[in-house]
Amino acid sequence: MAQFRIIHGFPRLPTKHIMTEQRKAVALISGGLDSLLAAKVIQEQGIHVEGINFYTGFCVEGHTHAIRKKDQKKPKRNNALWVAEQLGIKLHIVDIVEEYKDIVFNPKHGYGANLNPCLDCKIFMVSKALEWIRKKDFDFIITGEVIGQRPMSQRKETMPVVSGESGAGDLLLRPLCAKNLPETRPESEGWVDRERLYDFSGRSRKPQMALAEKFGFKDYAQPAGGCCFLTDAQYSGKLADLWRARGSKQYEMDDIMLLKVGRHLRPAPHFKVIIAREEGEANFLQGYRKQFITIKTISHGGPLALIDGEPTAADIELAARLVARYSQGRDADLVELEVMDREGTSRALKVEPLKPHEIPQEWHI
Amino acid sequence: MSRVTLDARRLLCPMPVIRVQDRIETLTPGTILEAICTDPGVMNDIPAWCRINGHKVIETRSDRTEYIVVIEVGEEE
Repeated sequence: MAQFRIIHGFPRLPTKHIMTEQRKAVALISGGLDSLLAAKVIQEQGIHVEGINFYTGFCVEGHTHAIRKKDQKKPKRNNALWVAEQLGIKLHIVDIVEEYKDIVFNPKHGYGANLNPCLDCKIFMVSKALEWIRKKDFDFIITGEVIGQRPMSQRKETMPVVSGESGAGDLLLRPLCAKNLPETRPESEGWVDRERLYDFSGRSRKPQMALAEKFGFKDYAQPAGGCCFLTDAQYSGKLADLWRARGSKQYEMDDIMLLKVGRHLRPAPHFKVIIAREEGEANFLQGYRKQFITIKTISHGGPLALIDGEPTAADIELAARLVARYSQGRDADLVELEVMDREGTSRALKVEPLKPHEIPQEWHI
Repeated sequence: MSRVTLDARRLLCPMPVIRVQDRIETLTPGTILEAICTDPGVMNDIPAWCRINGHKVIETRSDRTEYIVVIEVGEEE
């Protein structure tokens, strides 16, 4: 039987004619289509919805487009903000960079195909949303999860794992596949009508696209390999290399930013060279001059490079020869470069650029 | 009307938006917040965040190295 929480001292009667409290839900908004639709479905039932978006540091959304010059002409749209604007809801963006490290280092449920801890990530985000609704006096949580949509985190077996281990329990409602799952509290209490929820399942996007059309949503973000860099094989390879080189699973924000930028080559276990691929990346790397030894070509046009690690004088010369290889002087006999240490002291160095066959494939990370 | 400045230089989106959001939570309606940033993405993202959260962008300007967004804090709902 439906129950109603009564305000303003009305008698406790289970009738729809009395004033009932406005129910409030927070929707996890990634910026993708599923979370947009899930929030809209619940809004349509008269629930007050606000959005929450978690920033882990690995979000594809956002900053990389600010780095590469070739990408700067593309429209810069934060899809989570765009979704919130389409829905006319508030969006709360939460920085979880520090707390998220534990998830990346030690995922209880393991990694996916790369270093993506998708199931632990979802559990963590729902648990953070639960903390948020308790603090803000909201009633329940919405996600855009669909059974079978993702091979690791969105399966029939993982749905109760997310709701259980996050602590959200039956306060977690997945409007797009709710009819395939046990009734949640928002449904049993009559806050939302289960009949007006959906039974989507599987990897097909057609039901979501049809629903988007029904709601009149156009220009929504197209799925392109997920919203997290950790699902990217190349990025995960660089992160694994970083951990190997340091002998432990650690990272700081600057580390994970730098993994997104430039060519990374590791000639020896104790140092690697990050070489800008274009002007935008060079400008970005300039900001790290006080934290790394930098190398810049003088005699020819060429990239800026950072050396990460503790190189010897011979290592620096090797790095300079490598950087020269990626400069316009690659075919010259000698290329002059400027090497600057972390204190800002610079010196010139003339080197012979490495030949292609002198750069083993395994140096490329 | 009080005016405060937020230094969000060298941060990439969405961090400047988060800094603006967290700072606004501590300010009273009507306060002017000037966010100084270096990521050009803020020229879209901060105004979008302000529109959905009830704050008014009263000025945006740039000298190509810094991007400045001036916001009037809206009324609390």
